[in-house]
Amino acid sequence: MTDLIINVTTRDGHARAIQGQEGRSLMETLRAGGIEEILALCGGCCSCATCHVYVDEEWASALPPLSEDEDDLLATSGAREANSRLSCQIPFGPALDGIAVTVAPED
Amino acid sequence: MRGRRDRQCDDHRGAPLSRFDVLIIGTGHAGVSAALHLRQAGFTGSIGLLGEETELPYERPPLSKEYLTGTRGREDFRFRPAALWAEKAVTLNQGERVEAVDPAARTATCVSGRTFSYGELVWTAGGRARRVPGAHAIRTLADVDALKAGLETAHRVLVIGGGWIGLEAAAATAKLGKEVVLHEREPRLLARCSGKALSDFLVAEHRRQGVEVRLGAEAPNAAEFDLVVAGIGIDPEAGPLLAAGAEGGDGVLVDECGRTSLPNIWAAGDVALHWNRFVPERPIRIESVQHANDQAASVAKAIAGEPKPYAAMPWFWSNQYDLKLQTVGLSHDHDEELVRGEPGSGRFSVLYRRRGRLIAIDCVNMVRDYVQGRALIERGGVVDAARLTDPDVPLKSLVE
Repeated sequence: MTDLIINVTTRDGHARAIQGQEGRSLMETLRAGGIEEILALCGGCCSCATCHVYVDEEWASALPPLSEDEDDLLATSGAREANSRLSCQIPFGPALDGIAVTVAPED
Repeated sequence: MRGRRDRQCDDHRGAPLSRFDVLIIGTGHAGVSAALHLRQAGFTGSIGLLGEETELPYERPPLSKEYLTGTRGREDFRFRPAALWAEKAVTLNQGERVEAVDPAARTATCVSGRTFSYGELVWTAGGRARRVPGAHAIRTLADVDALKAGLETAHRVLVIGGGWIGLEAAAATAKLGKEVVLHEREPRLLARCSGKALSDFLVAEHRRQGVEVRLGAEAPNAAEFDLVVAGIGIDPEAGPLLAAGAEGGDGVLVDECGRTSLPNIWAAGDVALHWNRFVPERPIRIESVQHANDQAASVAKAIAGEPKPYAAMPWFWSNQYDLKLQTVGLSHDHDEELVRGEPGSGRFSVLYRRRGRLIAIDCVNMVRDYVQGRALIERGGVVDAARLTDPDVPLKSLVE
């Protein structure tokens, strides 16, 4: 299996490339990759908004659509932008190899 | 200033390290949160994280849900990769249980005989599941591994306790194809934490899924079942602190930054009896991930010299079958329960008021109410009941 990569920019502006894991959510992959800012308190069941990331615009079309629940939860964040997503709602796989995301500020 | 780290660790090398600038007792959500938030706040002293279990720190919520049903494996809910602890210079001391604390000497002595000394002690030992002889409990990974092993050959399962853990256990075992009897000695489910509308809905839903729900009766004869699970709550692990003279009782009493009444000792999470700004009448304990995380973060910030009193809006979730149950606020001491939407539709919310003010909402498959209600509870104003219960009026439109 080839290496899959996720390019992450942390809150302090550091860029890191971490190993992607097929079959896990982007949130789980970020967390397993040591991105500690991704709290993901609800463990990925779309009940909190602590795995909020900004996805680089060029990857927008590769993402699954925003569900109503995800949209509602993102609405609770003061840091919401047009490219905001909850990383727990995005399954990771080869189609997202090289995706670039930025961890959103803490609410 | 009290709480500020006052000395650097003098012994990073040399084994085994037994003195830490901050020693955290407990490797659950609160302990992990305290350690990581200390580093995020720029704390550079030594941090020790000590706990009884030998597993790498893991999240508890999946234990009674996806881990029990087998949809998530044990590697899927570690808090953080093993390497992170080394990267953050947090020393894990596992397989140790503290039995005594000496606040004057600043030491914690373990059952093993090992003694650790500390600059600041953060007590996040959580709680111990109340046990029923012969029954499985659901608190630790080891508990659930034993339960899963027992379920391999069991057909008829008794779940004792109609609280959140009992309900999740019943849903998970029913999903595994078992014949499940759920026993609650109170006349309704979730009697201590939710209103009647939610209790009634959940009884109907569990019965619809094939679970036999028995309410307000004596516990059935366990011998009639292949396996028994007890979800009857926890007792806070505050013994060593109380023995050392800490104020408390059902848990250890802390102030708004998590300080106990003992010098240099802090507490957070399930064990912390605290004055929550959403319950003015008396100190309470809250058993939730949100509380464990946020209160521990408050402790960490105070130790790092940037005190930020704990004031987070409480929230909680549960998953049973295809139900997404979410609560925001605390319904303690409510004097009125309102239903918004139609429970029969499987999408509705229960709103709790105290003297006319909205204090909590239980949402069933209604993320929108959960999200929008938060601001309404935060604002704390009196809202008209007719508007609150009209599902066509978005809750956010009631926030002035």
